[in-house]
Amino acid sequence: MRPLDETETTVVFEKLFKFVGNNLKKIVENPSDEGPESTPGSYCFRLQKNRVYYVSDALVKRATNISRKNLVSLGTCIGKYTHAGSFHLTIMSLNILAANAKHKVWLKPTSEMSFLYGNHVLKGGLGRITDSIVPGDGVVVFSMSDVPLGFGIAAKSTQDCRKLDPNGIVVLHQADIGEYLRDEDEL
Amino acid sequence: MAALTRNKKNRTNSQTPPLNKRTKSSPMKKAAKSQKPPLKKQRRCIPEEKPVIATDEEEEEEIEQSLQGDEGSESGSDFFSDGDGEDVNDDGDADDLLDGSDDEEGTLDSDSDESDIEIKSRAIDKKRKKEEQDAKDEFTMNIKEQPDEFQLPTKKELEAEALGAPDLPNLQIRIREIVRVLSNFKDLRPDGAKRTDYVDQLKADLCSYYGYNEFLIGTLIEMFSVVELMELIEAFEKKRPTSIRTNTLKTRRRDLADVLLNRGVNLDPLSKWSKVGLIVYDSQVPIGATPEYLAGFYMLQSASSFLPVMALAPQEKERVVDMAAAPGGKTTYVAALMKNTGIIYANEMKVPRLKSLCANLHRMGVTNTIVCNYDGRELSKVLGQNSVDRVLLDAPCSGTGVISKDESVKTSKSADDINKFAHLQKQLILSAIDLVDANSKTGGYIVYSTCSIMIPENEAVIDYALKKRDVKVVPCGLDFGQPGFSSFREQRFHPSVEKTRRFYPHVHNMDGFFVAKLKKMSNAMQPTETDKPAETMRQAQVSSSDDDEEAEAIEELKKPSVANGQPKRESNTKEYKKRQKFPRSKETHKGKRNTSIKSESGSGTVEEPRKQKKKRSQWKNEIAQAREEKRNAMRENAKERPKHRK
Repeated sequence: MRPLDETETTVVFEKLFKFVGNNLKKIVENPSDEGPESTPGSYCFRLQKNRVYYVSDALVKRATNISRKNLVSLGTCIGKYTHAGSFHLTIMSLNILAANAKHKVWLKPTSEMSFLYGNHVLKGGLGRITDSIVPGDGVVVFSMSDVPLGFGIAAKSTQDCRKLDPNGIVVLHQADIGEYLRDEDEL
Repeated sequence: MAALTRNKKNRTNSQTPPLNKRTKSSPMKKAAKSQKPPLKKQRRCIPEEKPVIATDEEEEEEIEQSLQGDEGSESGSDFFSDGDGEDVNDDGDADDLLDGSDDEEGTLDSDSDESDIEIKSRAIDKKRKKEEQDAKDEFTMNIKEQPDEFQLPTKKELEAEALGAPDLPNLQIRIREIVRVLSNFKDLRPDGAKRTDYVDQLKADLCSYYGYNEFLIGTLIEMFSVVELMELIEAFEKKRPTSIRTNTLKTRRRDLADVLLNRGVNLDPLSKWSKVGLIVYDSQVPIGATPEYLAGFYMLQSASSFLPVMALAPQEKERVVDMAAAPGGKTTYVAALMKNTGIIYANEMKVPRLKSLCANLHRMGVTNTIVCNYDGRELSKVLGQNSVDRVLLDAPCSGTGVISKDESVKTSKSADDINKFAHLQKQLILSAIDLVDANSKTGGYIVYSTCSIMIPENEAVIDYALKKRDVKVVPCGLDFGQPGFSSFREQRFHPSVEKTRRFYPHVHNMDGFFVAKLKKMSNAMQPTETDKPAETMRQAQVSSSDDDEEAEAIEELKKPSVANGQPKRESNTKEYKKRQKFPRSKETHKGKRNTSIKSESGSGTVEEPRKQKKKRSQWKNEIAQAREEKRNAMRENAKERPKHRK
C-alpha cells in the first residue's frame, strides 16, 4: 500500500472530475469519523495491487502493520489501473459518486432492469435528466426513487436528447450494481 | 435418489390419516386391508347416506321381514354390503321396493298400523345398537392389539431387511413405536426387554431412515431425550425460513418493507428481539436479485447469524476484529451498528471467500473496514496483543446445526473431524483473547459462536479458554435460548458456562447455534483464582500445564476421549508426566525454563514479552511447590469428588 504519485493522482482526479466536477474538493476534504480519536481526520487515496482505495487516514495508520501480501482491501475501492496505465472507475465507487454527482439521469421503472443487465440507457427509458450535460460527461444513473443504479458517459447533450428517437442511446453504460451478481469475480 | 423418495414418502406419510388407523402390525395387515375399504366407505358415506338411510332402512326392513332372516350379528356389516349390492342391482330391486312401499300404503289405514310402526321402530333401534356395538368392538380390537403386537424385530428379520432395500413406511412405524415405548419405558416395556436394545434398534433405524451416520446419531441420542430427538431430526429435515437484515446505513426497516411489498414479496418482521430482521415467506421476484438488494439495502442472512453480533454490541468509534468474516453478513451488521465509525478488521483465511466479503462490504456501503487475509491464529502477532476493543469469532465448525441447509453433514462428520475442529477452535479463541485489550474503556469483550450443537466444539472450548486465560463468561443479552451445558455425561465444566446460549431448530425455528460472551479481566496470561469452587481451582492449577501438552498431543492421539477433556482420567495418567517435569523445572536455570515454557505452550502464546516470561516462571515455581502439597490433598479429595460434583 502506498500513496499515489503525481501522474497517478492526476489520472484519478481527472476521471472523478468528469462525474463530480467541483465537488471533488468535497471528496478530498471530507471529514471522517473513523478512528478512535474524537477529532475527525481526513480521507486520502492509497494504491494497493493496482487498485485505488479511498480511506480515512486513521484507517491507513492502522493498516500499516498488515503486510502487502495479506492486505486485501481498505475502506472503499474506487477503481483500478489497467496494464496500459489508464484508470477505470469500478462500481464500488458508486456511493461516493452518487453523493457528489453533478450530472444525473433518472430511469423509468420499466427500464431499470435493462440497465442492470448492462445495457445502455435509451431515450425511451429516460425519466428525468439534469440540464447542461455535454457529450462525454460522466453521468450517474438513478432510479425514480433516488436509488443509485450505476454510472456511464453521456452520449448526447441534454437538448439533443429531446430531439432523439426513443431508441437512441443517451448514456453509455460503464458500471451498474447488477455487476455485484454478474461479475463478482471481476471486482 | 434415496433422499428424494424418502422426502416424498415423508410428505405422503404426513398426509395419511393419524396413527390409530394405520398402525396395524403385520399379522393383522391382511385382515385390516379387507376391512379398510368398507371402513373408509363408512366414514365417507355416512353424511351421504344419512338422508338415504331413513328410506333404505324401511326398504331393508321390508326385505328382511319378507325374508324372515334374523341376521343379527352380521346385520351391521352386511347392511352396507347389502347396500353395495343394492346399488349394483338397482333395477332389479327397485320393483320390489316399489311393491313393498305400495303394500305399505295399502295397509296404512288398517288398525294394525300402530303395531307395524312399532315393530319397525324397534327394528330400527336394534339395528342402531348393533351398529354401535360393532363399531366399538372394532375400535377396541385395534387398541388392544397395538401394545401386544410390537416387539423388536428378531435377528432373522433384521438380516432379511438388510438384504433388500429399506422399507421406509415400515421403518417409520417401527421408529414411532420405539419412541413411544422409550418415552415411558417403565410402563410400556414388554417383559425382559433391555433399554439398550431398544436404543440400538432406534439408532439403526434412524440412520437408515434419515440418512445419518452412526456417530452423529449416537451423539444426538446422548444429548437429547428421545421425544426431543425426534423433534430435532424432523426439524432438520425442513428448511428454515429465509430471513433478511435491513442495512441501517442506507434505509429503515419500514421503508424497505414497503418497497419489497410493492415488488410482490411476502414478508413479516422477524421477531421481537430484532429491529432489523425481516422474514420472507415467498416472493414473486428472486429475493437475492432485486434492485434494492443490489443497492445494498438489505442482506440475506439467517436469523441465527444476527445473534453473535447482537451479543457483541459494538459501540461507535471502537476497534473491532472479525476473525472469520466471509461472506460478510456479520461484519456488515457490526459496521451498521457502529454507523461506519471506528475501525473494523475483517479477516478471512481462505482466498476464494475474500471476493464475496469485499463485494458485500462495498455493496452495503461500509467504509471503515480493513480486509486482510491471515490465519486467525497469527492475528495477535500482526495486529499486536491487547490492541482492540472487541473481537467476534464465528469459528469454523462441523456445521451440525445447519443440517437443514447442507445434508452432507449427516454422513460426512466423524469423531476425528469434531476433534480437529475443536483443536482449531481452541487455538483461535486464545488468539482472539490475546487480541483484546482488557483495559479498554468501552470494551474488552470476545464473542465466540459456532453453528454447531456439539459439546466438544462449544462448551469445551469455552471451558478451555477459562482455564488458560484471565477471562470471565458474562451473559450474552439473549434471553431466549437455552443455557449451555455445565456438565455432560462424565465431563464437568465451569459453572459459568451456563451463561452461554444454545439455539435449536425445533425450539426457536432457527439454525442450531451456540453463542458465548467472554470478558477479559486483565492482560495477564494466567487465569486468576477468583470465584471458582475449590475443586475446580485445584484442577485448574493442576491441569493448566496439562492442557498445553494436551493441545500438542491432540494431533498425535486419535482417541476421542482425550480431546473431550475428561478431567479425572487426564489427571491420573498425566500425573506421571508432571512428576518428571517438576524436578526438572526446579533445577534448571531461568534460561532453560524459558525454553521449556516455550516448548510447552506451543499453540497458545507466541513471542511473549520478556517481562511476562519472568513473571510466568516465578508463577510456575510457586505453583510447582503448591502442587506437591495439594496433590496429596487431591488424592484424598478424589474420593469425595463424585459427591461434590452435583
